[in-house]
Amino acid sequence: MTTLQLKNIVKRYKSQTVLDDLSLDVADGERLVLFGPSGAGKTVLLRLVAGVIDPDEGRVLIGGEDMTEVDAEHRGVGMAFQNFALFPHMNAFDNIASALTARRSSKEAIAAGVGKVAKLLKIDHVLSHHPKALSNGQKQRTALARALVGSPPLLLLDDPLRNVDAKLRFEMRLELPRLLAAQGATVIYVTQDYKEAMALGDRIAVMFEGRLRQIGTPADIYNTPAEIEIARLFGDPTINLLDVVPQRGPDGVFVEVSGVRLRLPGFGAEIVGKSCVLGIRPESIAFTEASTPGAIPVKVEAETPLNEKTVTLTLTARGREILVSRPAGTPGPVAGPAHLSVNNRATLLFDKESGRLMRPSEIASKRNGEAA
Amino acid sequence: MEAMSPLERVLRGIALTLVVVFFMFPIVWILLMSFQTNETILRIPPSVVFTPTLDNYAALITGKLQTAAGTLDIAFMRNLGNSVFLSVVSVAVALLLGVPAAYAFARHKFKGSEDIAFTLLSFRFAPPLLVLLPLTQYFQWLGLSNTYFGLIWVYQLICLPLILWIVRGYFEDISADVEYAYRIAGHSWFATFRKIALPLAGPGIAAAGLLAFIFAWNNFVFALVLASADKQPVTVGALAFVTASGIQYGQIAAAIVLSITPTLALALYAQRYLVEGLSLGAVKG
Repeated sequence: MTTLQLKNIVKRYKSQTVLDDLSLDVADGERLVLFGPSGAGKTVLLRLVAGVIDPDEGRVLIGGEDMTEVDAEHRGVGMAFQNFALFPHMNAFDNIASALTARRSSKEAIAAGVGKVAKLLKIDHVLSHHPKALSNGQKQRTALARALVGSPPLLLLDDPLRNVDAKLRFEMRLELPRLLAAQGATVIYVTQDYKEAMALGDRIAVMFEGRLRQIGTPADIYNTPAEIEIARLFGDPTINLLDVVPQRGPDGVFVEVSGVRLRLPGFGAEIVGKSCVLGIRPESIAFTEASTPGAIPVKVEAETPLNEKTVTLTLTARGREILVSRPAGTPGPVAGPAHLSVNNRATLLFDKESGRLMRPSEIASKRNGEAA
Repeated sequence: MEAMSPLERVLRGIALTLVVVFFMFPIVWILLMSFQTNETILRIPPSVVFTPTLDNYAALITGKLQTAAGTLDIAFMRNLGNSVFLSVVSVAVALLLGVPAAYAFARHKFKGSEDIAFTLLSFRFAPPLLVLLPLTQYFQWLGLSNTYFGLIWVYQLICLPLILWIVRGYFEDISADVEYAYRIAGHSWFATFRKIALPLAGPGIAAAGLLAFIFAWNNFVFALVLASADKQPVTVGALAFVTASGIQYGQIAAAIVLSITPTLALALYAQRYLVEGLSLGAVKG
């Protein structure tokens, strides 16, 4: 059964269309991550589901029931806000309990419910504090507790880790999946952080400018991003994007990078002469010997050691930048000339004009098989 | 605060004293006058040395004004009572009407909402004299002249716009998300208004109420024209001290002291809210 169905949602503010004919199904118990840059309409979409904003067109169905005209308090969803939105004049206990008091539960039941969720989120020792006496992390947990305490079947989390520091964000990113799984609720999670999206989502819905651009498993989105923009947003360091024009060679279609031919297996003659963008993930490139066939000569510009990997910025003869990523501790050149080899099975080819991924039919089906 | 040099501290003290003396002098002088007889007040040159007397206050409280021409009845205590009643009820009515309206204007942008809000504010722009003549006529036709009901109605011209606009700024300052959160938690919009919006805008409502009270208390012209002696507030009642046998300065001073006491006490008590409230409203764009 689907918990949430959005049908052809349109939302305009003045003349600006914020959500443009958006449809989405979320299955029971699924964790869907809504990912996109700021201004994409993610938060508006979430509020529309919660019922605090009305759509101009389209229907919102929750648990199969049409809730489009139903007020927020009768929709039975839980929501955590990016800015926490705690009630400043109530202590943490009353903040969390607010989701239970509306149901006229008994005092004991409320205390028990709040105690349980507070313990789960490790804030049981600060329940008597007012929000201004709470640390950012505690505020965020209180806001989360308030969303969870009523065990709503649909949980909306609007970038809850945005306003907490990096350490806490990392902790919560590990803790949240367990927590959400224990709730058994259907979750819509909004974020701008692709790592969070990959870590938390059963599926990721990528949104730009009020439209859903791609929906798929994290692996799908990473391996076969539907558009250049999506490829650019997923991955750190950013994917290398090179303007190329495919040409016909004796053993299939190829593109030229720094005078070296890079074969594009699976592509046919239909793309020859077309303006394209070649996407190569930094981890699909490795340093190699000059003698290796197909090695691309480059100059090493700078090396950035990160904890678990080392990222090297290289320049081709024509001045194009290529980032190379390798596991930390493996040897590699620090300066001067070097050579790169590209795993051409892992390259992505985009139509430059439309920005859409071009996929040869046999390759696409094979990749999908691997991902599943 | 940073440490100041002794010279700076002295200069600062002198400057502050000057300002305080300048603004407080009239009040101090009135206070001194209220304990003097007309003769000592009118001495030339004036002096701060005198034998204090409570006659002025006694005359006001008993309602018997002793003048050279004989004893006059004055209704000062009744005027004071009228002032308290009119101001309190006017502010209460204005809060009852203005706070929900302010919430509506702050949260729900409906067609023409800005125009309505501005029209209400414009009541404060127009000089009262402009509306006084037609108002008097209407009130006579309607039978509202010289009634508390009519006066309180007219006082809404003073109180309502003030409360509406100050409180509206406060409601706008409350993050909408906080209210959304309460709605989503399962509470009706009315519960949200009562449990979230009202408490959070509390200081602003208190400040606006206080200010409206002071404006209502100080009103002169509406009460002068629309009410006769038994319904008049102190501002109008003080005219009774201009008698045939001269102006009773001592009693006027005592009357002024008595009539500013309630507002002064209120303002001192709520000073913090008042400053906070007004400056918050000012900062809000």
